[in-house]
Amino acid sequence: MLGAAIIVFRESFEAALLIGIIAAATRAIPGRSRFVAGGIAAGTLGAIVVAVLTGRIAQLFGGMGQELFNASVLGIAVLMLAWHNIWMSVHGAELAADARRVGREVSEGRRALSAILVVIAIAVLREGSETALFLYGLVSAGSVGTSQLAGGAGLGLVAGVGVGLVMYAGIVRVPMRWFFAVTSALILLLAAAMAAQMARFLVQGDILPSLADPVWDTSHALPGNSPLGALLHALMGYDPQPSGMQLVFYVVTAAAIWLGMQLVRRRQLPGAGSRAAA
Amino acid sequence: MSRLPQAGFFFAVLLLSWLATAPAAFAAEPEFTLVIRDHKFQPAELKIPANTKVRLIVDNQDATAEEFESKDLKREKVIPPKSKGTVLIGPLKPGRYTFVGEFHESTAKGVIIVE
Repeated sequence: MLGAAIIVFRESFEAALLIGIIAAATRAIPGRSRFVAGGIAAGTLGAIVVAVLTGRIAQLFGGMGQELFNASVLGIAVLMLAWHNIWMSVHGAELAADARRVGREVSEGRRALSAILVVIAIAVLREGSETALFLYGLVSAGSVGTSQLAGGAGLGLVAGVGVGLVMYAGIVRVPMRWFFAVTSALILLLAAAMAAQMARFLVQGDILPSLADPVWDTSHALPGNSPLGALLHALMGYDPQPSGMQLVFYVVTAAAIWLGMQLVRRRQLPGAGSRAAA
Repeated sequence: MSRLPQAGFFFAVLLLSWLATAPAAFAAEPEFTLVIRDHKFQPAELKIPANTKVRLIVDNQDATAEEFESKDLKREKVIPPKSKGTVLIGPLKPGRYTFVGEFHESTAKGVIIVE
């Protein structure tokens, strides 16, 4: 039962952290809770489908189907997060000022919300499919009674969700002046981390070379499986032994999103460029 | 949609389907097999040549899924029950690279010795 709890916690806390950050960042967009819930529901359904199809997926593309599938969904998530940040850089301030603004903001907010629904669904799908296979294995092997299994899994899930709630509670306490800067920074780092993950799968699938591997080794200073290491991995993609390709994806994604935010702001808010940049 | 993008889209889908189902290109790299039985890897110690690309076949003979994971090799893959998965590794420098079966970490563990 403890084994089930630990594994479910490990899989769920990364997704919960992402959901907590996104839920906090989109606090001002009306109706966002429905999209967050929708993303979780879609992701859960998707996780079961992917779990069932794991073998078939793996056999595609010369045995590298799993790598390609993971890289693709991560790529979509990165694009959605990038889009969200760029959208927020224009509309975030307006929304924060008047949370119940109707009209154009609402319909534009819908598009931003669709993007975060997709990101949340993808995060839940990726972590959930592994969890589903693991739990199904425990049940069918009969090694753990179903009620014990449900108890352990529930415990792990509650703990994982707890981490997400703590993150949410922490972010919403950030003072209004820094709120947008903090949330967009967190989301930018999340996107860069996912891009680095995508690079790992593309290297694993022999589609891209690793370049130097590893570029550095900080596993003695901060091991990847220590609590702080795991938290930094979930928040910003910390890897004690990153490959060159991972770093390339990370830096390019972070720079591209940041640039995109600056350029769009300057174009759509003519006064923004003359003020000191955030 | 006008005709040209439509045709392009159609051919893209065709190409993707063909790529998806194409078998692995002729494998010039050496193949090694790891068997998972009773939540243990056999062999628990596998020797492979250094500085060579290697195709590792993980044969899960258990009735439950297992996730082959190695932090040292930077590889992770879920293998459904009664099926095989392919993990491409290398070229590797000589040394010891540990791996585990993440779903049964207490019993499923091993090391790849590169020399």
